[in-house]
Amino acid sequence: MRKRVIIHADMNCFYASVEQHLNPSLRGIPMAVAGDPKKRNGIILAKSREAKAMGVKTGEAIWQAKSKCPSITIVPPNYKAYMRYSRLARMIYYDYTDMVEPFGLDESWLDVTGSVDLFGGVPMLIAEEISERVKAELGLTISVGMSWNKVFAKFGSDEDPGDGIAVITPENFRSTVWPYPVGGLIYIGNATRRKLNSMGIFTIGGLANAPIEMLNRRFGKMGGIIRAFANGMDSSPVKEMDPSKADSDRTIKSIGNGLTAPHDIEDRDSAKALVYLLSESVAQRLRESRLRARQVSISVRDAQNLLYYTRQVPLGVASNITTEIASAAFALLEQNEPLNSTHPLRGLGVRAGKLISMDVPVQEDLFGDAEKRQKMENLDFAIDGLRNRFGNSCVKRMGELTDETMASLDIKRDNVVHPVGFFYE
Amino acid sequence: MGIARRAKRYVGVVAHHDADGLVMPMSIEWDDGRKFNIDEVKDIRRAASLKTGGDGIRYTIRIGSNITYLFFEDPRWFVEEKVVDMPS
Repeated sequence: MRKRVIIHADMNCFYASVEQHLNPSLRGIPMAVAGDPKKRNGIILAKSREAKAMGVKTGEAIWQAKSKCPSITIVPPNYKAYMRYSRLARMIYYDYTDMVEPFGLDESWLDVTGSVDLFGGVPMLIAEEISERVKAELGLTISVGMSWNKVFAKFGSDEDPGDGIAVITPENFRSTVWPYPVGGLIYIGNATRRKLNSMGIFTIGGLANAPIEMLNRRFGKMGGIIRAFANGMDSSPVKEMDPSKADSDRTIKSIGNGLTAPHDIEDRDSAKALVYLLSESVAQRLRESRLRARQVSISVRDAQNLLYYTRQVPLGVASNITTEIASAAFALLEQNEPLNSTHPLRGLGVRAGKLISMDVPVQEDLFGDAEKRQKMENLDFAIDGLRNRFGNSCVKRMGELTDETMASLDIKRDNVVHPVGFFYE
Repeated sequence: MGIARRAKRYVGVVAHHDADGLVMPMSIEWDDGRKFNIDEVKDIRRAASLKTGGDGIRYTIRIGSNITYLFFEDPRWFVEEKVVDMPS
């Protein structure tokens, strides 16, 4: 088999670049795209290169950014424009290959192995042409990583945040990739990095040469996988996607909603209200996509140190019934949180995973009440119909009304698309 | 005095859509009622306007002896208007 040529294209400071492209007066000054402080999601979503130089970081609060950089210009996000430019960039990628796998709005993997011969067998020409076209046609810069696998292609574009092209080959990866900190590799987040550091592994090279038994003992099967990644042994394919469906992208892996609550959650009732609100939207979206979930997970962000964690639970029977999703999520939350003022929560998320189509027959629980479940599903569909006609807030649960600030939220309408994970089966 | 900057200016356009879907602008209508006939379309490509922001299908057009850009932003058209700073 011939060596693959994988390109990872990453649009630099995507949200900020789009804003600067649309409004030239924002160019060359420190600026950032940030949420609305009144809704308590006023954090920096993206920043310009000038703001980055002043130390402004993605994810910090607006006041933090302003204290570092008093002259910073803050603009609200315009997701419609971001979606549009994301789509236009993908349309350019499709001129070179049909194998384009988006990773969030601003990143994509391209498998151009089959197109290399059209460019005289020189992969660099493809990378250069794509980079130049995105710049000329969309006015945005991309950093490009090129390699024989997805992991190093992404690494290349991450380590080169200009509009350059980084090439990582089997000959040079030991000298180019290995000296970098281990956290730069995809799938090594903060937690994994801390564990690796505590084992004395600080660089990617260190991980690549660590004894596999040691890694397996610490990380389970993931140990071997991340070690293989560090060695460039990643054969995962670039998933093909239908260009005509570029907007809805490929099959849905999971459906989730999360929200920073209008006030910190300090009691059981408001926690329940929020979980039900989120589950309502998740379950409704499942039904719209004609899917059922076999797994429910929650994410919890606490108000004191703003850290967050996730927990998941399998569902005995695949379901898209609001009450089932919500009660599974709430039970999970109750197991993990005291839900009182000793440990206030800032935000919650509910996600349904391991999705299967509604056309797949369901293995019912022998001791469950299949008839009742069918009724519940029908009821939910009836409510969906009402909501389609009269708006998402026309039918509400009693529990959601206990909290006035939450009663006015329409999570489904305000829902935002988030990138899917790298590692879903 | 000179051109201080360019501004994104939306304009009315009379265009010819042929059976193959090719769109050819014929004339530009300025908001004061003046009409400029496009004498020649020299180039058509998708491009960003680096001067004014925005992007679309860029027509390089000739009006008399002047060559300029006209952008089709779908569904609107815009030009890069010259903004002249006046002596105060």
